[in-house]
Amino acid sequence: MHPAKSVIAFTTLSGLGFGLLIWLGLGAPAVTGRSAFAFFTIAYLLATGGLIASAFHLGHPERGLKAFTQWRTSWLSREGWAALLALGVMAAYGAGLVFLDTRWALLGWLGAGLSLGTVVTTAMIYTQLKSVPRWHMALTPALFLCLSLAGGALLAGQTRWAVPLLILAGGLQIAHWRRGDGALARSGTTLATATGLTGGSLRAFEPPHTGPNYLLREMVHVVGRRHATKLRVIALALMSVVPVVLLLAPFSHALAALAVLSHLTGVLTARWLFFAEAEHVVGFYYGAR
Amino acid sequence: MTELPDTTKRKLGLVIDLDTCVGCHACVISCKGWNTENYGAPLSDQSPYGADPSGTFLNRVHSYEVQPKEGAAQLIHFPKSCLHCEDAPCVTVCPTGASYKRVEDGIVLVNESDCIGCGLCAWACPYGAREMDAAAGVMKKCTLCVDRIYNDTLPEEDRVPACVRSCPAGARHFGDLGDPDSAVSKLVVERGGIDLMPEQGTKPVNKYLPPRPKDRITETAPRLTPVAQDIGGFLGWLDRTLERLPGGDS
Repeated sequence: MHPAKSVIAFTTLSGLGFGLLIWLGLGAPAVTGRSAFAFFTIAYLLATGGLIASAFHLGHPERGLKAFTQWRTSWLSREGWAALLALGVMAAYGAGLVFLDTRWALLGWLGAGLSLGTVVTTAMIYTQLKSVPRWHMALTPALFLCLSLAGGALLAGQTRWAVPLLILAGGLQIAHWRRGDGALARSGTTLATATGLTGGSLRAFEPPHTGPNYLLREMVHVVGRRHATKLRVIALALMSVVPVVLLLAPFSHALAALAVLSHLTGVLTARWLFFAEAEHVVGFYYGAR
Repeated sequence: MTELPDTTKRKLGLVIDLDTCVGCHACVISCKGWNTENYGAPLSDQSPYGADPSGTFLNRVHSYEVQPKEGAAQLIHFPKSCLHCEDAPCVTVCPTGASYKRVEDGIVLVNESDCIGCGLCAWACPYGAREMDAAAGVMKKCTLCVDRIYNDTLPEEDRVPACVRSCPAGARHFGDLGDPDSAVSKLVVERGGIDLMPEQGTKPVNKYLPPRPKDRITETAPRLTPVAQDIGGFLGWLDRTLERLPGGDS
């Protein structure tokens, strides 16, 4: 699949922002006043920044409000609702903390639940696609959720939680790659099932047009797969290993900031691979993956 | 509404005969022509006369080679457009309700004025039947020429999809696949029509008729015995004269 910058930025930044909102909703850290304002500003900038970035890949962003209508069947529509509700509830909860020094715990838990739900709906947009076998597995929402919780814990300064969650996220990422590598073969879709042609060895002889097209640009992205193994190592190191090492070192704000930066870069790299490595079954028609 | 109907009154669709398709791409051109000049945003081209031409098409013809264990390879031309699936994954993923499947005839359509151009439906389709138009920013797909098949202003023989009307080989058939007595349904039964990617669970309405086995000459007829034994006239004289000359192979 084409690794569009807007979608990579959206899933990474929003995941991190909503992850931080989950921890803030749970009261960890139990901040009020100015420090609460600082935490909520970071969370909202990340969450809404990601959502705004996602609008850049739309053909008609001015019709965006229509995306709230089909929540009965569409995960993309459900994500819109979840994000809106989470941001709304957390805004009320945050206002209590910042301006009234009051923690409405119930509202916080509700907001944390909605933020968690938003991350799950984001993951489900990809997980639901049977046409992309690498995404179509339960590990996808597990990975998205764990990365969000780990990144949120890192930003919220919850070292006790961040370290095991970062390690778990690394493990889930490895599992996602390993299972993902065989997903296309396991899906059972081949050039033979795609065309129904039998009676001998089969190959794509001639594409429909000599030039490229939307389908190839969007769904048969092969350029970046060449360095996939190296990028996997880099992503894993930056996303999990480096932040864990930095967190286990004696605490300093500089090291914590470095851990956040490393984690963010790692997740961006992993997310780039998430798209670039994903094979759409339409590739079979073109004799490509 | 992106909720799929439980059943549709009719299942209009195409039956494509891979045995007779000659790969002329007339269906591609007539589809592009009709759907550019009529319903919805035109099917745009980007740099059509430049070095890297590209454009939106609702119907494309691939070609595949089947190499049997013995004998010559066979080339099969393979037209592909929207299959108007009963369980259309492209419809349910749509966040705005722009994509829908009609209850009355099962045609899958896009309401372009509701489309935000997110592209998720094109990702959800395993067949690559949907293409985002780069100029209009909305999703384009086969409408089964909904503006032809019900169009009373057209002569009756033209009230079929443009691709069917233009096919010079008779490789494309249009009809109600929900009616077991329709000509297309009978054709599918007779020729063993198949679904593409059945494992994807989309239940496509369009069917493909597989290529039939090619004839093979296994025995040759015995040679004919010469009818004329005695040749008269000028040719007879020539034959006898040449026979007498030395150096012949008789």
